[in-house]
Amino acid sequence: MKKIFGRPASLKANPFHYCPGCGHSILHRLVAEVIDEMDIRGHTIGIPPAGCAVLAYNYFDVDMVESAHGRGCAIATGVKRARPDCLVFTYQGDGDISAIGTAETLHAANRGELITSIFVNNAVYGMTGGQMAPTTMLGQKTSTSPYGRRAKVEGYPLKITDLIANLPGAAYVVRTSLATPAKVNATKKAIRKGFEIQRQGLGYALIEVLSPCPTNWKLSSVESFKYLEDVMEKEFVPGVLKDITKEKA
Amino acid sequence: MSANKVLMKGTDAIAEAAIQAGCRCYFGYPITPQNEIPEYMSRRMDEVGGVFLQGESEIASINMVHGAAATGARAMTSSSSPGISLKQEGLSFLAAQEIPAVIVNIVRGGPGLGNIAPSQGDYYQATRGGGHGDYRMPVFAPASIQELYDITMESFDIADIYRTPVMIIGDGMMGQMMEPIVKHAQPPADLPPKDYILTGAQGRPSRILRSLILHPPEMEEHNWKLKRKYDLMRQTLPRHEEYMIDDAKMVVVAYGTAARIAKGAVKRARAEGLKVGLMRPITLWPFPDEAVAAIAKKAKLFLVFEMSTGQMIDDVKLAMSGGVECEFYGRPGGVVPAPQEIQRIIERHWLQKEL
Repeated sequence: MKKIFGRPASLKANPFHYCPGCGHSILHRLVAEVIDEMDIRGHTIGIPPAGCAVLAYNYFDVDMVESAHGRGCAIATGVKRARPDCLVFTYQGDGDISAIGTAETLHAANRGELITSIFVNNAVYGMTGGQMAPTTMLGQKTSTSPYGRRAKVEGYPLKITDLIANLPGAAYVVRTSLATPAKVNATKKAIRKGFEIQRQGLGYALIEVLSPCPTNWKLSSVESFKYLEDVMEKEFVPGVLKDITKEKA
Repeated sequence: MSANKVLMKGTDAIAEAAIQAGCRCYFGYPITPQNEIPEYMSRRMDEVGGVFLQGESEIASINMVHGAAATGARAMTSSSSPGISLKQEGLSFLAAQEIPAVIVNIVRGGPGLGNIAPSQGDYYQATRGGGHGDYRMPVFAPASIQELYDITMESFDIADIYRTPVMIIGDGMMGQMMEPIVKHAQPPADLPPKDYILTGAQGRPSRILRSLILHPPEMEEHNWKLKRKYDLMRQTLPRHEEYMIDDAKMVVVAYGTAARIAKGAVKRARAEGLKVGLMRPITLWPFPDEAVAAIAKKAKLFLVFEMSTGQMIDDVKLAMSGGVECEFYGRPGGVVPAPQEIQRIIERHWLQKEL
């Protein structure tokens, strides 16, 4: 019998700890599939964040070094500069990459570090229990914005991906979504492209992935995927923000 | 004269020693009075095919060190007091993940921005962990440019042997001062294989460097494992210098720049016929407890001199046993007293205690 679907070799045989309906499980699988398809498992070093995905090293069967909150791109810089032959990626949440780690992320991008960042945007701090994130939507209630995010008090949702697309060191900047199977497939293509951009030495690559957090959004899994598409994608519009390979062509 | 004898300033000696020790990754952020280290590294790393990168902050720089060292590279950073405060998060993570690195602190007057003059106000921060969590870190306090050179070189071996961050403490005086030194190659050391480093999991199981240990009994075991390592360091690393101790009734205890000043004062007091000696801790952690205790059995009076309001004196008092008395003299805030000033303090105590 022909096996047509199975666990990617780059994923360990550990059941995910993520909540039902969480996007991390989907995204982990996509990253692992890309690593398998590019046959780079033996040359890949990953940096998980502080946040729900800190335990990513329990799932990815590649070398990984855990980062303090927000410092992923700085650690990745050190790894890549010391081992330019390796493919280096960070896996970061919205608070990690665009609140506490804003400086590390922007400067790594601006230096054109040959690393790839996978940025999971679910508009909330998941691991700590649903506090407001830099990407929390206006009006969105969280445990630290109980009246809904107000622009005059808490400021606006931060779009670090848009900021990074303006930096000359960034080669490939894209925002995708996990809202539908077609968008999941597009996300996988974006991850592959982000890794290839790194291998070609073209510059920093950032893949922002809009991802559901049913637990902290206090929605069912089905409702959260609908919220992702109907609400979040209106504020964080998916698309390719920068692709220097297209510009050259 | 040896062909390798050269006149070097402290900051350059640190940087060149690191290069000679095989350090090929330097990450740092400008702060006075240590800017000559990153400046030297920015020139030299290019020549030796290494990595120099000016980070966007001290926090980024220590994390770049973390990343490079995680792959097995010999990596270092340097900074001065306010910048070292920012590196404490990174130091805690390096200690927790047991990743070797060398960190230089050219201490300045503080707290806060303070000033850029020589100070010893960071003793507590350096020797008590500084960052969060239950960890220790070897801390060296050289007192000459040759010693800066030798200890910087050796620190990379110690970091590798014990899988630990190692800190070297100096100040603007040590950094700016020029002395003739013998540049030599790194003596061979018996180093353990780096079987934990990340190089890509080609042909072997994947590796994880982590410090998140959610299960308390497992975390406790990690803490005890680190403790056993620190106990081993306490046995092997303590180092100090004794000067005119044998017949001394009074012993000045001082480290780094303060010890150089104190040595001048001891020489002057000896010329006046006072039996005074100097005990100079070279390791601040682990502190040379046994040496202090041994001296305390013979001497009648300790005088601890620090360029702070008194921090190392706690360790001296913890280490000494018996009835010896302990006095303190401090000049915090970046003030560098002359040997004559310390001589007067020595003579005053000598007379008051009727030694």
